[in-house]
Amino acid sequence: MPQITYLEAAKSAIVAAMRRDPHVFVMGEDVQGFYYSDVLQEFGPERIRDTPISEAGFIGAGIGAALTGMRPVIEAAFSTFLYSAMDQIVNQAAKSRYMFGGQASVPIVVRSSVAYGAGLAAHHSDRPWGIFAQIPGLKIIVPTTPYDIKGLLKTAIDDNNPVLCFEDAALGEVSGEVPDHEYQVPFGAADTKRVGSDVTVVAIAGCVDRSLQAARVLEHESISVEVIDPRTLVPLDRGAIVQSVRKTGRLVVVDPAPGMCSVASEIAALVSEEAFAYLRAPVQRLTAPDVPVPFSPQLEGVMYPTAEGIAAAVRATCNYSRRNPTAACAPAPLPAALR
Amino acid sequence: MTRITDSKRASRDLNVDQHREMLRRMLRIRLFEERAASLRSRLVGAMHNSVGQEAEIVGACMAVRDDDYMTGNHRSHGHPIGKGVALAPLMAELFGKQTGLCHGRGGSMHLAAFSAGSLGESGIVGSLMPVAVGAGLSSRLRGTDQVCLCFFGDGAANCGPFHESLNLAAIWGLPVIFLCENNGYALFTPQTRTTSVIDIAKRACAYNIPGVVADGQDVLAVYDCVAAAVARARSGEGPTLIEAKTYRYCEHQEFGEEFQAPRYRSEAEVAAWRKRDPIELFVNDLIGRALLSRAEVEQMRAAVEAEVEGAVVFADSSAVPEPDALMEYLYC
Ligand SMILES: Cc1ncc(C[n+]2csc(CCOP(=O)(O)OP(=O)(O)O)c2C)c(N)n1
Ligand SMILES: [Mg+2]
Repeated sequence: MPQITYLEAAKSAIVAAMRRDPHVFVMGEDVQGFYYSDVLQEFGPERIRDTPISEAGFIGAGIGAALTGMRPVIEAAFSTFLYSAMDQIVNQAAKSRYMFGGQASVPIVVRSSVAYGAGLAAHHSDRPWGIFAQIPGLKIIVPTTPYDIKGLLKTAIDDNNPVLCFEDAALGEVSGEVPDHEYQVPFGAADTKRVGSDVTVVAIAGCVDRSLQAARVLEHESISVEVIDPRTLVPLDRGAIVQSVRKTGRLVVVDPAPGMCSVASEIAALVSEEAFAYLRAPVQRLTAPDVPVPFSPQLEGVMYPTAEGIAAAVRATCNYSRRNPTAACAPAPLPAALR
Repeated sequence: MTRITDSKRASRDLNVDQHREMLRRMLRIRLFEERAASLRSRLVGAMHNSVGQEAEIVGACMAVRDDDYMTGNHRSHGHPIGKGVALAPLMAELFGKQTGLCHGRGGSMHLAAFSAGSLGESGIVGSLMPVAVGAGLSSRLRGTDQVCLCFFGDGAANCGPFHESLNLAAIWGLPVIFLCENNGYALFTPQTRTTSVIDIAKRACAYNIPGVVADGQDVLAVYDCVAAAVARARSGEGPTLIEAKTYRYCEHQEFGEEFQAPRYRSEAEVAAWRKRDPIELFVNDLIGRALLSRAEVEQMRAAVEAEVEGAVVFADSSAVPEPDALMEYLYC
């Protein structure tokens, strides 16, 4: 199988869909000159459509096109730019089908890059999937491998609902094996990246790889960690998570987004509702603190869960005992000032 | 700004039936909304009526085809009626019934009738303007000659999506007719206090597209302007901004009896506009040109009244949505 990068795999899914279906087209800022320059000749400027800096305008136009038979793929660049089109995404894309009683469907895919930890500071570094998970009607995917992004984007383009795709920028140049042909990775199907028996770690985006690193370290300490990548947050594979925790009795959730009302919180709540009797330790969340992303690398550097932090949280969870409950509960590994 | 010259008046080619259909749709809007207002205390939610604005709605809608697209706003009943949607499912939607246009999920502010090209009304001012641009883009990409008629208020002309939408439609030369229903007010605030221009159509020049002011109380004048814009749009010449000067007699919405609206306009002003009532003007014109007799007008009014009553009976006797079906229509 050929080795290609995450970003190449994403593009290959879109290009294949465009070859197969004339209703699929791409729209965004600078798409002709940059990411899609090599296929501009093949598809032409109508289907590889450069836009002005009008996020509400062109995301709204994508919704209008989707309502009338097209299947747009919107290149929204940074995730924070979605806020400029919040009304279009929330009030039109997500709600149109429901509020029009099923008359409409909005088959639109909106891709955006989640570029935290890169010194880009507050306006370019958000991990906003939790915000959008609050909006019924949207589907949310967070692919973490080249194989997954190609398959999930095909599923997204074929899906008749609006799909937001959040892409961890740290993964963009990571290579992996990807088949040449088109294939789907289904929504709502978590990927168990590593089987284990002592602790379940559910990790999102770039935290999946860090959790796998932590699991390899902990293996030497005879702690067996199961690592689950949900891959899609809406729909969420609740069954896989609950089943795993019923087996291991312990859960650590790792999410680089702020903790308040986060997907991590949702997963923690899910397990407390559906696997409470199986829990041998309190559920732990490792998230970013509830603070805008600072510029200074020395400050941003302590924001996100690390492999060491994840390993520490897993150890603490395993060491928890009901006799001495406070001793073992690991707080998020952050300096006091940030806590 | 462009003015429509006499030789270009498409309304000259309208036949008797088309004139009558125009009047019928204007009466449908008026009588439907007056009846809905009379039911106010029985219905929940907002209800924004357009009584007084029937000419600009119907004039515009009659200038597009059934398969053309349309987007609207919170002042929402007139647009689908103007586009030819039946009254019974519309009324049932105001009642929140399963037989409503949107099966009771939308209500007054979120009507849509996709089979009639109505892509939706909206509770968010300005929100559907980019969507209208997308419908125009879709026509172009699919190689059809459908246009999109985009209704919005004078208040919406001050929000970001207005400007983004006009610019996008202009640079891409899309078949969109932006129809500003300038009734002089956004809620209780007069346009003069919020808007940098008197004629919103003037803003067209910033986007290098034609801007036209129409007498919004004259259904044929609006028809002429929109027909010219539609012809332009279909032949690939791009969008037009049309501003119909009009007026709503009713309050911003049917607030209900307990609500005391602030005094933001004079009774003399309302009375002056009532003297140019769009239905009366058109009836007199039709009778004057012997296209219709007074008796025929009364017959038509009685028929529409009966249609409205039928719609109320239908809505009243329809079933409410099943609570079990709360999640229906969320995802495909
Ligand atoms: C984005 C947004 N802001 C405010 C409102 C509240 N609101 C509803 S209608 C309205 C006035 C709109 O005026 P205009 O566009 O002229 O339409 P009209 O009501 O006069 O037909 C306002 C402020 C809203 N619905 N959406
Ligand atoms: Mg107004």
